[in-house]
Amino acid sequence: MATNPVVPPASALRWLGVVAAPAALALAFLWAGGWLTPGRLTQVGILDALREGGGMQPGFRRNHAKGVCVGGWFEGTGNAAGLSAATVLQQRRVPVVGRFALAGGLPFQADAPAKVRSMALRLMPPDGREWRMGINDIPVFPVRTPQEFHDLQLASRPDPATGKPDPARMRAFRAGHPWLQPAMEQVARRPLASGFADDTYRSLDSFLFVAANGMKTAVRWAMVPVRPVMPADGHADDHDYLFRQVIDDIHAHPLQWHLMVTVAGAGDAIDDPSRTWARDDRQIDAGTLTLTTIESEEGGPCTGITFDPLVLPAGMAPSGDPILSARSAAYMRSFFLRSGERAAAPAVTPGMTATPAGTKDNKS
Amino acid sequence: MRSAVSFSLPSRILHWLMAVMILGMLFIGVFMAATVGPGYHRLVTLHRPLGIAILVLAILRLGNRLRTPPPPLPADLPPLMKAGAKASHILLYVLMIALPLVGWGMLSAADYPIPLWGEAMRLPPILPHDPALWAWLRSAHTVLAFLLFGLVLAHLGAALFHGLIRRDGVLSSMVRRGSPD
Ligand code: HEM
Ligand code: HEM
Ligand code: HEM
Repeated sequence: MATNPVVPPASALRWLGVVAAPAALALAFLWAGGWLTPGRLTQVGILDALREGGGMQPGFRRNHAKGVCVGGWFEGTGNAAGLSAATVLQQRRVPVVGRFALAGGLPFQADAPAKVRSMALRLMPPDGREWRMGINDIPVFPVRTPQEFHDLQLASRPDPATGKPDPARMRAFRAGHPWLQPAMEQVARRPLASGFADDTYRSLDSFLFVAANGMKTAVRWAMVPVRPVMPADGHADDHDYLFRQVIDDIHAHPLQWHLMVTVAGAGDAIDDPSRTWARDDRQIDAGTLTLTTIESEEGGPCTGITFDPLVLPAGMAPSGDPILSARSAAYMRSFFLRSGERAAAPAVTPGMTATPAGTKDNKS
Repeated sequence: MRSAVSFSLPSRILHWLMAVMILGMLFIGVFMAATVGPGYHRLVTLHRPLGIAILVLAILRLGNRLRTPPPPLPADLPPLMKAGAKASHILLYVLMIALPLVGWGMLSAADYPIPLWGEAMRLPPILPHDPALWAWLRSAHTVLAFLLFGLVLAHLGAALFHGLIRRDGVLSSMVRRGSPD
C-alpha cells in the first residue's frame, strides 16, 4: 500500500484520541508543578514571604543574611555513640566549617541584643559522612508548620509607612494561632546573652539518632558555651558590635561549646518545634566544638554551601517534624538563587576579620 | 501495510520501562521543586537513585540500539516526517543521558553529599565545587527537563498519530512482537 496518503481520513474520535493523551499529560504536569494551584505553598512562595518579612539583597542568603565564617574542629566524647552510629559522634576529632549570623534577610542590618543569633556547622569526618546543622539561640521555634512560618513572615512584615510591623496584623496572627502563644512568649522573654561567644544555640527541630542495631531515638540538641554567660548590653553606636566582638574573641583564644543531646521523654512532642520538652529529660554531653578561625563571607568557606539540616550522616535521620523538609527545600532554593547573583561586599569584610598584627603567633 | 517487523524484545522492554521511569521522574521533579511539604525530602531521596538508574539504563539502551537496528519506518512516510522522527529520537537519547548527568554534576558543584541508597552508598562528585556553576547547572536541569517533557508529548502525539490515524504499524512495532501478516 505504497499509495497511502500521508494523513489518511479518520474520524473525529480518532483525532481526539491523538490529542487527548498529550493534553491530559500536559495538564497533569502543570498541576504537579503547582501552576494550577496558586494557593499551594511553594519554595518560591516561602522565599517571597521571607523577602516581604525581612528584606532581601541579591547574592546573599534569603534568611540569616548577615554573617561571618568560622572554622575549627569537633571532638566527640563517644557518649552518644550508643544512640547513633554516626562517625562524627565517635571519639575523634573532625574538622568543622561554620557560620555565625543574625536572622533576617538583610545583610547590612544593625546588630542588636534581641535579634536572633545563629550558628551553622558542617562537620566533616574523613569518611565523607558529614553532618550539617543550622541552630538558633531561641528556646523554641515560634511556629509549627511551613504555612505558619509563611503567614508569620507576612504578618510581621514592616509597614512601609512606619518601617515597623503593623500591630494589627500581628494581633490578627496571634488571635488566629492561639496554640503558638506559649512559644511566642518564650521567644520574647528569653534571657539574652552578651554576644555570639557566650550564647546557646538549639536545634529546635527534632531528629532521630539511629544506633548500629537500628534502634531509633528522638533527640534535640544544643551547643552550650563553655565560657560563662554575660548579660546583654546594647551598643547603639556600633552597627556591627556583635560581629566585632566575636572576631576579637576568636583572635584572642579559641571558643568552645559542648554538644548537649537531649533524649525525648515519654510526653515530649517530637514533630512540633514550637513546644518545649520536659526539663528532666536525659542529657548527654556528646562532644566539644572548638572554633579557632574567623573569616569574612567574601571568599570564606561558608559562602558557597548551604547548611541544609537534612544533610545527615548515616546514624541520623529526620523526624516527622514538617519544618525540616521545608527548610531543606527552601535552603536549596535560596542557595541556588544567591549563587547565580553577584553579591555586594558583605557587612563583615575581610579587613575586619584579618588577624591583628602581632597576635598571629599565639593563634597558629 | 508495513512489513510487520517489530523492535526486539529487549528494546521494547527497555523502551516501556524507561518511558514509565522518565515520565515518573519528570512529575516527581516538578512537584518536589514546587513544594515545601512533608513529601519533599522523601521525593528528593527517590529522585536521585531513580535518575541514576535512568542514566545506566539509557547507556545500556544506547548500546543495544547501536547493535540491533530498529525496524525501518514505513516506506511511504514523507522524508520530512522520517527526518523528524530520527532527530527527535536522537534528542531523546541525548536528554535521557544528559539530564541525570546534569543533576549529578550540579549537586557536585554545590558541594552537597550525594547519597544514592540510604546513606550507605554515596556518589563521588563529578565536578569541582563551584557555586556559579551550580546555579547555572540547576537552571539547565530545569530547561532540559522541560525540553524533554515537551519532546515526550510530541513523541506520544506522533505515536498515536501513527497508531490511530495512519494505522501504519509503527505503534504496534513498539507494542507487540512482529508477526508476518
Ligand atoms: C520553615 C521554616 C524555615 C525556613 C523557610 C527557613 C529559611 C531559611 C533560608 C532560606 C535560609 C538561607 C539558606 C541559605 O541561603 O543557605 C536560612 C538560614 C538559616 N536558618 Fe532557617 N528557615 C526555617 C527554619 C529554621 C529553624 C527552625 C532554624 C533553627 C533551628 C533555622 C536556622 C537557620 C540558620 C542557623 C540559618 C543560617 C545558616 C547559615 O549561616 O548559612 N531556620 N533559613
Ligand atoms: C532522567 C533523569 C532526570 C529527570 C527527568 C529529572 C527531572 C527533574 C525535574 C523536572 C526537576 C524540577 C525542575 C524544576 O522545576 O525546576 C528536577 C529537579 C531536581 N533534580 Fe532532577 N531529574 C533527573 C535526574 C536527576 C539526578 C540524577 C539528580 C541528582 C543526582 C537530580 C537532582 C535534582 C535536584 C536536586 C533537583 C532540584 C530539587 C529542588 O529544586 O528542590 N535529578 N529534576
Ligand atoms: C508515553 C508513551 C510513549 C509511547 C506511546 C511511545 C511510542 C513509541 C513508538 C511507537 C516508537 C517507535 C517509533 C519507530 O518505529 O521509530 C517509539 C520509539 C522511541 N521512543 Fe517512545 N513512546 C512513549 C514514551 C517514550 C518516552 C518517555 C521516551 C523517553 C524519553 C521514549 C523514547 C523513545 C525512543 C528514543 C525511541 C526510538 C527507538 C529507540 O531507539 O529506542 N518514548 N516510542
